[in-house]
Amino acid sequence: MTITAWIAAGLVLATSAGLLVSRDWRLELGLLGLQYVGVFWLTNQHWPISMAAIKLVTGWMAIATLGMTRLNIKEENIDREKFWPQGWFFRLFAAGIVFIIMITSAPRVEDIIPGIGLPVISGSLFLLGLGTLHLGMTAQPFRVILGLLTVLSGFEILYAALESSVLVAAMLSVVNLGLALVGAYLLTAQTAEPEESA
Amino acid sequence: MSAPLLWIIFPAAVAVVCLLITNQRILTIAGGSLALLLAFIALIIPIDQALQIGNISLKIAPAIQIFGRRLILIPANGSLLAIFYGLIAMWFFGAEVTSTAHRLVPLGLIIVALLVASIAVEPFLYAAILIEMAVLLAVILLSPLNQAPGPGSLRFLIYQTLGMPFILFAGWLLAGVEASPGDLALAVQSATILGLGFAFLLAVFPFHTWLPMLSEEGSPYILGFLFWVLPTVTIIFGMGFLDRYAWLRTSEQLSQILTLGGLLMVVTGGLSSAFQRHLGRQLAFAVIAETGFSLLALSLPPDKSVQSVFLLIIPRSLALLVWAISLSRLKEQNESLRFSTVQGLARTYPITAAGLVLAHLSVAGFPLLAGFPIRLALWEGLASQSLGVAFWFLIGTLGLLAGATRTLAVLVMAPQGTEWEPKEQWGSGIMIGLGLIGLFVLGIFPQLFRPILANLPAMFEHLGK
Repeated sequence: MTITAWIAAGLVLATSAGLLVSRDWRLELGLLGLQYVGVFWLTNQHWPISMAAIKLVTGWMAIATLGMTRLNIKEENIDREKFWPQGWFFRLFAAGIVFIIMITSAPRVEDIIPGIGLPVISGSLFLLGLGTLHLGMTAQPFRVILGLLTVLSGFEILYAALESSVLVAAMLSVVNLGLALVGAYLLTAQTAEPEESA
Repeated sequence: MSAPLLWIIFPAAVAVVCLLITNQRILTIAGGSLALLLAFIALIIPIDQALQIGNISLKIAPAIQIFGRRLILIPANGSLLAIFYGLIAMWFFGAEVTSTAHRLVPLGLIIVALLVASIAVEPFLYAAILIEMAVLLAVILLSPLNQAPGPGSLRFLIYQTLGMPFILFAGWLLAGVEASPGDLALAVQSATILGLGFAFLLAVFPFHTWLPMLSEEGSPYILGFLFWVLPTVTIIFGMGFLDRYAWLRTSEQLSQILTLGGLLMVVTGGLSSAFQRHLGRQLAFAVIAETGFSLLALSLPPDKSVQSVFLLIIPRSLALLVWAISLSRLKEQNESLRFSTVQGLARTYPITAAGLVLAHLSVAGFPLLAGFPIRLALWEGLASQSLGVAFWFLIGTLGLLAGATRTLAVLVMAPQGTEWEPKEQWGSGIMIGLGLIGLFVLGIFPQLFRPILANLPAMFEHLGK
């Protein structure tokens, strides 16, 4: 069980780092889809499989929403990132620093919340850290939503170990889907023609 | 009939219907009338008490169950609902003159329903998720479909979303502190995480940067609405934490932290407002100072704090309403709200200019205006605790006052020989005029709303007692 949990933690680390490095929206959504498999597995450590599956289904629905919207937008209509650090090495290096901070913080967090398990805490912290880094490096609506979904996934893994209410699970799913819908709306607004003034 | 059904689910359902209506006037009348009706019902029909009208007996049950949890509005919530929906009605009636009714009424109604649900939900901690849902709708409200979202909207979304996990996590930690009150380290950790969560939600320095950015991007009227409704509910939510956790409520450090946070906001907001050259940014910094006033009110001794926080709600809403309508009118005419483009506009839009300056002065606590009585009470309360705190409060207030004076100077600074050519729109003129009368009435007769406000502290079981 612990080994599979560590594999899931490794998966979320790889996918969230990949999200930070990648510049292709199709690859990014694919990585996010894989990330939700890891989130599902880590949540399953404390929730029954039927409840944990909510995270997977919600995540994939969010991806479908974003993907369908992005598919209908022409590449030239998307604003290029003006301040995005161009080198993938820089982004990978920043992800590495966050990884080191998070892996060293995990045992301390386990002291505060005992009984959750180090792989679950590590997976959660990777997502929180790399998601926050992603948010700090972008000003594009699509990437901001990816960053927020990553941060929320990290939080939800941790919170699932503390709170097993169905209502909370449902409300957090609504928030995730809402974020995806807001992302879709902002993407559409970003590319819409300005209304002619009367 | 249950209270959550009436004040949460019903307005949300009407909002969905309103999404299908495109006529601004119909939307304004429908939304405003509904909000007014809900306020009136909250005022006259007590929750959980039978009301006999002839042969008919009316009783509004306080709670409904959802997924094993409850939405409950206790009788003491009645006054808050009346004030809340009454003020919302004013905002909706003003939406037509600013051409924002098609977005503000439907989305605003859903946001309000979610925020009322956040006050009603049990366990109260889940309010953080409901506030987040309201924020998601607020982002859509802020960004019209024909306009690319600006960095302010994105930063608003990021900061508000980051607040939710902090608060939920702190709620779990606080329960642990309650179980083992001797664990000082856990208490510090949970209080820090809780503080960070509220700092994100309330745009406490240094998490306030989205406010001035947004004020340059969006519709001033919609911004004014959100700047009023979100911090107000967040502060009531925060008061729920103090009510729930005795160790937090009785902590000596809490009062100091609230004072420090409040002063930081009042001083940074006030002084920044004085140095802005953009009318929208002035509003944003004044809102930061306003939130600071609420935090300072909360830091007062228990017998004064709750009452003071509630006393701030009505003057703040009225001032922001007048300010937002005035800014919207000026923005419609000038596209930009920079000082260089609005110079001398008082000769063309005298009522709008008066609205702008007097609303700003009211937020600064100028005598005879709505903000004055509560600022005076707040200042007196702070001075009795520490003269240093009262001094910095004065500095922040003077900053706001300087900002209002600069606005006045710019608006009347027309080239010599410029004629008075009023081009006021009668709709906005009437709304601003009524708002100004309200500001003066509240400033001269602050006791008018006392009977409604007097019941509000009963919302909390322990706080303020």
